[in-house]
Amino acid sequence: MEDEKSFTDLCGGRLALQRRYYSPYCREFCLSCPRLSLRSLTAVTCAVWLVAYGLFSLFENSMILSAAIFITLLGLLGYLHFVKIDQETLLIIGSLGIQMTSYYASGKESTTFIEMGKVKDIVINEAIYMKVIYYLCILLKDPVEPHRISQVVPVFQSAKPRLDCLIEVYRSCQEILAHQKATPTSP
Amino acid sequence: MPSRPCPRPRPRCSQPRGGSTSQPALSFPSRAPGMMLKAFFPTCCASADSGLLVGRWVPEQSSAVVLAVVHFPFIPIQVKRLLAQVQQASRVGVTVLGTWCHHQQEPEEGLGHFLEGLSAIFTHEPWLQLCREKASRAWSCRATHHQVPATPGTPSEDQVMLIFYDQRKVLLSWLHPPAVLPDQQAGDATASAGGLAAVFDTVAQSEVLFCGDRYDEGPVRLSHWQSEGVEGSILVELAKWASGPLCLLLASLLSLVSAAGTCWLWRLWPLPFIGSKLSTCEQLRHRLEQLTLVFSTEKAQSPSELMRKANTLISVLMDVILGLLLLSWLHGNNRIGQLADALVPVADRVAEELQHLLQWLMGAPAGLKMNRALDQVLGRFFLYHIHLWISYIHLMSPFIERILWHVGLSACLGLTVALSILSDIVALLTFHIYCFYVYGARLYCLKIYGLSSLWRLFRGKKWNVLRQRVDSCSYDLDQLFIGTLLFTILVFLLPTTALYYLVFTLLRLLVVTVQGLIHLLVDLINSLPLYSLGLRLCRPYRLAAGVKFRVLEHKAGRPLCLLMQINPLPYSRVAHTYRLPSCGCPPKHSWGSLCRKLFFGELIYPWRQRGEKQD
Repeated sequence: MEDEKSFTDLCGGRLALQRRYYSPYCREFCLSCPRLSLRSLTAVTCAVWLVAYGLFSLFENSMILSAAIFITLLGLLGYLHFVKIDQETLLIIGSLGIQMTSYYASGKESTTFIEMGKVKDIVINEAIYMKVIYYLCILLKDPVEPHRISQVVPVFQSAKPRLDCLIEVYRSCQEILAHQKATPTSP
Repeated sequence: MPSRPCPRPRPRCSQPRGGSTSQPALSFPSRAPGMMLKAFFPTCCASADSGLLVGRWVPEQSSAVVLAVVHFPFIPIQVKRLLAQVQQASRVGVTVLGTWCHHQQEPEEGLGHFLEGLSAIFTHEPWLQLCREKASRAWSCRATHHQVPATPGTPSEDQVMLIFYDQRKVLLSWLHPPAVLPDQQAGDATASAGGLAAVFDTVAQSEVLFCGDRYDEGPVRLSHWQSEGVEGSILVELAKWASGPLCLLLASLLSLVSAAGTCWLWRLWPLPFIGSKLSTCEQLRHRLEQLTLVFSTEKAQSPSELMRKANTLISVLMDVILGLLLLSWLHGNNRIGQLADALVPVADRVAEELQHLLQWLMGAPAGLKMNRALDQVLGRFFLYHIHLWISYIHLMSPFIERILWHVGLSACLGLTVALSILSDIVALLTFHIYCFYVYGARLYCLKIYGLSSLWRLFRGKKWNVLRQRVDSCSYDLDQLFIGTLLFTILVFLLPTTALYYLVFTLLRLLVVTVQGLIHLLVDLINSLPLYSLGLRLCRPYRLAAGVKFRVLEHKAGRPLCLLMQINPLPYSRVAHTYRLPSCGCPPKHSWGSLCRKLFFGELIYPWRQRGEKQD
């Protein structure tokens, strides 16, 4: 079953959190980031072309204009394919693992899967960056010493939701993880 | 035994039906929670007829990896014999895991008893029962334990999760462990792999199970990814058959070449000295080593060795193709003649510019006042060298075109060889700059050491060689007098020497930068793993960084169905993992030590070739 809620991110943009409950031990959370705004795109394009026209009037070389067009196109394509993330998904499957997917504006998907055996816990961490911000992260176990934490993997890095959204996700994940810890995995 | 339809599937999931609240309540059963069982099922068997499930049970992960389906009719003894054979050949614990039925409409009750009987013949804990209806494509599965029930009287059951995987892709792919953190040893990575790596290993090692297809007249009928017919290609078979004798021939040729290379003639001085300085010889040696590795007659032991061989072969082929292109471009349109005609005037021009520079230094460079006598001595000394150099160039000028033509032919050995020759030609043409740099540096170095030693004398101290430290010392009056005099002379001559040193060091650094760029390009061509990058582009499932899951079905009352796909390795990791070793080591100096050397006038060697001794 699905449901959708609206939140804000750290910069004030609108975020949509979609929760899907596939089964008691399998849940998915999708955070949709604010889309590319036409205003900022037009502003950047106009700035680049004004500079190009200025240089052209100075040097009288038409290569500058072609170069400006190429730079704008390539820059936009590169931004859409490598930088702009449209949606971030967290899929948690009890006794299997946790999967994080980022969907870029050009359609590219980038997935990371962490097995449940490596996951120690999911926590909300505080960070101080001009002000206090909160982020959700997955703590990984050290293979040598199971009580030590070897790595901290932050989740929803591009969407940057606020604490209220993080608490919802955190509670759902903890339900599954608690059940996971209650049952031993070996017979 | 004739095949009979399956009994009606009885779902035993204990989720709440419906639920219109936004957040469903925790729905775990009130009895002791069952263990989550994962069943890995190949997508190719989803449309197979009913039969037995054959595969491996991994107890640590509580997962059952299904490898194939054995169809009715079968004789249990023969199935057990086949499984024992497979187990012996592949060292994978292949057993019967359960039953599979694929039925058209509502099944009869009679098959239920038949299937219960099967679980008595092939005992396995837990016993899996997978079912699929053809019409509605609905899946259902059950796992029962017959021994050790949780509550006496009822067999305990587990919740089952179905995970579909593409058998062919999982068989062919190679899982790369995640990048090892610097504080871990490499051995830990394999221990923590576990989990899904066990699934990959199981499928990869059970290749012997997939040998037969359905056209074979064996006692047991199996269904797996190759059951429609074993894949093969005539070209591949021919290449495999021809590669044996070809490798033998090429290996013997290469051993002849390397034997000729180690002949005693090459040990006569000064050939080894020149050989160690020229980067062409280094590059040729490197290529010879690589070709020996590729055409060696031993089979590759591990996939990484195979990749390295393939990468080396493709890299050498690409190199030769680019070299041939360069050759055809050079030899067409009389470009060699044009190049040779342009070479001598360029050398003349460089020498002229150097002469102008020296005249400028002998005057009042940048308004600085130099010591006239020393200035004239150094300037005339360097001018004479340039005059000598120009004479040699003019002496050689009739032969340059011939030499260039023959050197251009060497481009057929590869673009890297041509670039190395270019770098060597640059080094030879700017040899006089190198000589000037060495003279200037030695002079400057002597001056700096003299100054530091006399400065210590000025202060009444001395360098103790035995203890490697500065000690105080009492000097005689005449020692002090001469020392102070020499110190003053050296101090006042310092600007002149320093200026010459600075100018020639800058020129030398410029030449070194040009040579360094050429070497960087050669290293790039040498070490780029083209085969791995091509494989990542065309068959991304072969190089796996991990897996990704997609949820397929999640109706209430049905088991959760997931699709497991292969997550390919990113290009940067492919290039990093499979890069070939290149000749020549990276420069070991940091910027700090380089500046220190420049300040004290020590000679700098920007790159070290293998086997080059300290000069």
